[in-house]
Amino acid sequence: MQIYLPIAEVSVNAFLLLGLGGIVGILSGMFGVGGGFLMTPLLFFIGIPPAVAVATEANQIVASSFSGVLAHLKRKTVDLKMGIVLLIGGLVGSALGILLFNYLKALGQVELLVQLCYVVFLGMIGALMFIESLNAIRKTKKSPGAAPARRKHNWVHNLPFKMKFRVSGLYISVIPPLLVGVLVGVLAAIMGVGGGFIMVPAMIYLLGMPTKVVVGTSLFQIIFVTAFTTMLHATTNYTVDVVLAVLLLVGGVIGAQIGTRIGVKMKAEQLRILLAIMVLAVCGKLAFDLLVQPSELYSIGAGGH
Amino acid sequence: MLRLATFCLLLAMPASAEEIVLGLSRDEVAITATFEGSEIAIFGAIKREEPLPTEGDLGVIVTVAGPDMPVTVRRKERRLGIWVNTEAVDIDVAPSFYAVSTNRPLDEILSDSEDVNTRISTRRAIRSVGPSELGSDQFTNALVRIRAAQELYQTIPTGVWVKDDTLFRTIITLPANLTEGDYKAEIYLTRDGRIIDLYSAVIPVKKVGLERWLYNLAHDQAPIYGIMSLSIAIAAGWLASAAFSLLRR
Repeated sequence: MQIYLPIAEVSVNAFLLLGLGGIVGILSGMFGVGGGFLMTPLLFFIGIPPAVAVATEANQIVASSFSGVLAHLKRKTVDLKMGIVLLIGGLVGSALGILLFNYLKALGQVELLVQLCYVVFLGMIGALMFIESLNAIRKTKKSPGAAPARRKHNWVHNLPFKMKFRVSGLYISVIPPLLVGVLVGVLAAIMGVGGGFIMVPAMIYLLGMPTKVVVGTSLFQIIFVTAFTTMLHATTNYTVDVVLAVLLLVGGVIGAQIGTRIGVKMKAEQLRILLAIMVLAVCGKLAFDLLVQPSELYSIGAGGH
Repeated sequence: MLRLATFCLLLAMPASAEEIVLGLSRDEVAITATFEGSEIAIFGAIKREEPLPTEGDLGVIVTVAGPDMPVTVRRKERRLGIWVNTEAVDIDVAPSFYAVSTNRPLDEILSDSEDVNTRISTRRAIRSVGPSELGSDQFTNALVRIRAAQELYQTIPTGVWVKDDTLFRTIITLPANLTEGDYKAEIYLTRDGRIIDLYSAVIPVKKVGLERWLYNLAHDQAPIYGIMSLSIAIAAGWLASAAFSLLRR
């Protein structure tokens, strides 16, 4: 069944969108990732204009992260204070990201920027995850092994403006969380992703937060940053397609339920290796498109600067 | 403008010996949620006060043009190993949709000078007002090529069926990726490459129902539209979480 999307102004198969939402939902349920970094490139591949894909995906992430954060709030694994500090940085970053996005859109370079961001970040995350899970598989074959000791003191602890974060059990400067927030905000605006895949490692390794509060806090912050990004895209670019968002949501919600069940039955290392391979595949396809001479060198954009 | 001028000129001419009488299969196209494109049949007859002229080849040209829009055509070049947009050319006027259907190849039934005046051929329907830069032809060609691949620009050399030099009919296929606006259908009658009659009709193409409402809301009431999108997302997220905890019990 073809559906005409009122904002994207293209006609696409509704079942294809439900299916995509479902598949990404399954993956997000299995691996505990937002899925934005997979969904946005998939939307590019099926012919949704990049500007619409990015803005609409931000809207969809609001739904999936809101659903996730409710579960974490029940378990009290959200550091609200840290979340708010990250959020302040995130909102600044998001505004900066939109400015950059619109500036490059006028230059005709926005697609390049989005694709480059994807290639770089997907490549990095995919490679790291692949190596890390290979090591984990090797380790489980040998012996349980001692947990790696975390460095207790690094440069982060020497910065001014210290603040107490009770839930995380931290007493650190607010500058690093603010900067992490800004970075994630910029990415959310440009790439149409929540940024969890950057924020989670940053929170664990840079800020030294305990793992159990990391996911909930990251989701809490992501809701607000992506909601803000959605509003900015909706009011400055008019590129949020609510019909597209709803179709992806329905598939995503159902997929996430199925995914969580599959995830429980599989081994964590195997899951992560599968995810890493998939991330690298998407990255490879995007990199290939940038490196190989396209069959059509010309492209048409809306005129009249 | 030029077309309008031609039209006025034709009106001012003494009643020509041959005139077009026209019918359209539909007088508007509605883009609904399940819009998959549409077909318009344009048919008519040539009315004559005198017997059929014995000499001169009859030509029937049907054009359907979507709203004109400025576009920017960009070209990719390899820079530092990757393909990036470099040069760009602004084209002031390009119809968002353009179909030319004729009973014989256009250059056989329309003289070049008439084409210059009326801008019937696709290539001439696109124009840049500013000084044409060197090599901007390549960009215009690219525009035609890309839009032709999307079925937005169509040239159908034998699309018009003519019977006994009197009845004619053609079908124009509108693809799903249409731009809204007033589509102008024009029918030209030619003899020996000269235009002897012109008939034009307007076919409005518009989104209707939910599509119309959402599009207007998104553009006119952007903040409300944004809040609505967010509310839907949050409601869906809450529902998912509630349903999930119910299933777990």
